[in-house]
Amino acid sequence: MKKPVDLNASYQPSSFEFRDMDKVAEIISRYPQGKQRSAIMPLLDLAQRQVGEDGAQAKPPYGGWIPRAAMDKVAEIVDVPPIKVYEVATFYSMYNLEPVGKYLVQMCTTTPCMLCGSGDIVKTCESQLGIHTGETTGDGMFTLMEVECLGACVNAPMVQINDDYYEDLTPESMKQLLIELKSGRPVTVGPQNGRVTSMSEAGTTTLVAQADKLGVKKAV
Amino acid sequence: MLADQDRIFTNIYGWEPFSLDAAKKRGDWDNTKDIIAKGRDWIINEMKSSGLRGRGGAGFPTGMKWSFMPKESDGRPHYLVINADESEPGTCKDRDILRHEPHKLLEGALIAGFAMGAHRAYIYMRGEFFNEGSTINRAIKEAYDAGLLGKNAAGSGWDFDVVLHRGGGAYICGEETALIESIEGKKGQPRNKPPFPAGAGLYSCPTTVNNVETIAVAPTIMRRGGAWFAGIGKDEKNTGTKLFCISGHVNHRCNVEEAMGIPLKELIEKHAGGVRGGWDNLLAIIPGGSSTPLLPKHICDTVTMDFDSLRSVQSGLGTAGVIVMDKSTDIVAAIARLTHFYMHESCGQCTPCREGTGWLYRIMQRMAIGNATLEEIDMLLDLTKEIEGHTICAHGDASAWPIQGLFRHFRPEVEKRIMEYRKGARDAA
Repeated sequence: MKKPVDLNASYQPSSFEFRDMDKVAEIISRYPQGKQRSAIMPLLDLAQRQVGEDGAQAKPPYGGWIPRAAMDKVAEIVDVPPIKVYEVATFYSMYNLEPVGKYLVQMCTTTPCMLCGSGDIVKTCESQLGIHTGETTGDGMFTLMEVECLGACVNAPMVQINDDYYEDLTPESMKQLLIELKSGRPVTVGPQNGRVTSMSEAGTTTLVAQADKLGVKKAV
Repeated sequence: MLADQDRIFTNIYGWEPFSLDAAKKRGDWDNTKDIIAKGRDWIINEMKSSGLRGRGGAGFPTGMKWSFMPKESDGRPHYLVINADESEPGTCKDRDILRHEPHKLLEGALIAGFAMGAHRAYIYMRGEFFNEGSTINRAIKEAYDAGLLGKNAAGSGWDFDVVLHRGGGAYICGEETALIESIEGKKGQPRNKPPFPAGAGLYSCPTTVNNVETIAVAPTIMRRGGAWFAGIGKDEKNTGTKLFCISGHVNHRCNVEEAMGIPLKELIEKHAGGVRGGWDNLLAIIPGGSSTPLLPKHICDTVTMDFDSLRSVQSGLGTAGVIVMDKSTDIVAAIARLTHFYMHESCGQCTPCREGTGWLYRIMQRMAIGNATLEEIDMLLDLTKEIEGHTICAHGDASAWPIQGLFRHFRPEVEKRIMEYRKGARDAA
């Protein structure tokens, strides 16, 4: 939060247009008439996704981020001074205000993950990718970030890569995940150890009749 | 242990699809219009008699909160806002409702919205829950297509819309007025109260903000009765079922629905396979998410998991995010990491919190390696008291409590570390 941002950096494109204006209109329609300022956050998200879609096709690739021109465009659409959009964009941690890698690896290191070995996950990512946390690989494929609690504590340690959570990680499964992503092979989202969501790995301790009916493993 | 037939969330682990068809088979959306036909007063009274206290952390009685909304509109629309900004370290229960039981939430939204005169609900979901948000959007679409939302929702005669608003990765937006600011398209900085949201909330209109779990249990309470819910739990002030999240050093981390007031030890041994290395290997537990002060083993031996029991041992039920730490834990480093969290997530509005959380973190970093003086312990505790109660919202308090809890129970450990560090420095000289 409170991110520094260089609005005049050389990587800033001079203009930005939303591709899907129907989507822009739909977003604005979610809020009462005259309250279109509420659309700032979803429009920033839409801009970031659009840039990410372009970046996935580019060589070298890059991930979603929000150029200044996009913030200015959002301000124009919702009819507020640009500073009101800059304020929002710099306040929330999910808006990337400078280019990132195609895969943004956000490693949770808050206490519940820390207790379960997130420190080793960070080390694994850094050594596998050959970069420090906060950096992007030279091929534009990966950016490493350390983040605060992502709300999957019973599946710790975990990371978020772009939109997906990867949970119940070990250094080995983390390394494998990065290898698969780099090679473009499909990966399994969620727990990496075959576990069913947030259920005990030993099997369920509750809802026994349903578990029997559905063939779900029960704890002994 | 809670009987299976008393569990509300029968698809909490996602064994079956979240879809409307599957949800209906589980009993969701079953004659919702009959519930609404009983009227606002009946719904709110049933909520009051259930004894349900808000599941987002503060534990305010839900029925009473609903009753604060104006009975008649003065021309301004009323809003229900559902807080799905689940971000309290140790907590991941709402995520399971959002991805596996979204129709319980949507049906609850209609019932709650009707009871408070709202025709529209906004679900404010933390932005990182992208897939959960997509699930909610699909469930919302299913509900509209089936006539359960929109005009004459579920045939009740009440028009009701539900809109998802995704957050941007700010813990503070879980605070209800920061959340409202955020929906309005601003930085998530809490507002002064009064005015309370029920008087002037979203777009300055009467608003009630409720946690996901609070809203999602409402339909079952209406169907089975407030008395049924009140019959589960510890006593008349700590009722019902509750989702617990058990993380950290247990053999099998998990989420589970249990009765309010279950003994902490039983919760961990029955559902999480016990503490790693056995109960005697336990060092301490944070019982209700990161903001609640930790409890050393001797308290964990007997304490029960409910609002008032945990308050009586100077902690709290909070969000029921149980973080277990065994004897291998560097307890000072574990709490110092939480202090980093509060520093990072301070919105920057109030000076004691903005500056104080940074001070706390820097001192705690030194305490973790012993690079401090004994006098600094009291200075640090003083500092927590300077922050606590001196900020617009409870973020300042929440940054102070974990440190106060640490020194309440582990002061000798920190003192020992400081002495050893100083001895090491002397010996080296």
